[in-house]
Amino acid sequence: MNSTEAADTLGARFENSIISTVNFRNEISIKIKLEQSFEILSYCKEKLNFDYLVDITAVDNLGNDPRYEVVYEIYSYQNGCHLRLKTGVIESDREAISVVDLWPTANWHEREAYDMLGVTFKGHPDMRRILMWEGYPYYPLRKDFPLAGKASEMPDVAFSESVPLNGGPFVTSPCSASTDKREPRSREIIS
Amino acid sequence: MPKNTAPVAYDSKIEGNVTFTKLDAAINWMRSNSLWPMPMGLACCGIELMATGASRFDISRFGMEVMRFSPRQSDVMIVAGTVTYKMALAVKRIYDQMVEPKWVIAMGACASSGGMYRSYAVLQGIDQLLPVDVYISGCPPRPEALLEGLMKLQNKIETEQSFVEQKKALLSKIK
Repeated sequence: MNSTEAADTLGARFENSIISTVNFRNEISIKIKLEQSFEILSYCKEKLNFDYLVDITAVDNLGNDPRYEVVYEIYSYQNGCHLRLKTGVIESDREAISVVDLWPTANWHEREAYDMLGVTFKGHPDMRRILMWEGYPYYPLRKDFPLAGKASEMPDVAFSESVPLNGGPFVTSPCSASTDKREPRSREIIS
Repeated sequence: MPKNTAPVAYDSKIEGNVTFTKLDAAINWMRSNSLWPMPMGLACCGIELMATGASRFDISRFGMEVMRFSPRQSDVMIVAGTVTYKMALAVKRIYDQMVEPKWVIAMGACASSGGMYRSYAVLQGIDQLLPVDVYISGCPPRPEALLEGLMKLQNKIETEQSFVEQKKALLSKIK
């Protein structure tokens, strides 16, 4: 079984729970409804032999509804094929469904998604921050969080400050100009 | 004594076992030639720090090879790598546990200024928390650069006047 066949099987089995299926350069992304996400992922693991959870991450589509999107990358060692499943999480709820019971490795992935974007996972055994410290008040990968960061203070634990960007952020632009034009270090050089 | 051997400058018959010097000079000589580094390896600079300690670069040529993984036994902290806010106060706590006199080397761009990490998570230079004596540029610096930094620190220690200053402080108290 390859990715396309797996996607077709899912499409036939969960006709009402699948919103869309996109094939981009042989990578298949399936949008699924949040309520059935555990059921569908469980079916992928048990029946379609997707034994390896590569990653769980979340995306902040600020201004869209649903605002957040949780992305599951799954892989089957048995069949050598990959599938991407996405599910929307609305701003007022901000809760997805944990898949730790299916793949134990989901534990840290879901904690990271929670730490960076503030999406919690229902049924997670240990929903704590993983990279930032307990008590840090922000979710830094949200689109409305400034790149420079924000100041915070946790006495005896950690503090943070917003950093000087000196006119940045600076991005490399592809062109045949010299290095100081392509990779500016300050705004003065750009103008 | 063989005939073609040059006479030794130090004449033990005349001078005995006595050497005259200033107390500060003697203290500084002893301190600067037995630096015990506290390796605070936090990122890739830590790898260069390890290379500096290994045989090819041989840090012991300069009397600094006794790396101690305990702050209580070391007197120069080499902050090698990216100091995140999560780690920052732990670095400070380790520094506080070192006994005086103590020095700090900020090794590499990240420890000196935050480096390329203009980020919500990274302290923009360890000098915001600790008094840094020597900054070493590089990303990461080569072992030679670290050795040069340590030698710069030795030069700095040799100019210290701890005894003179102590005496001045005592005199001002009496007055």
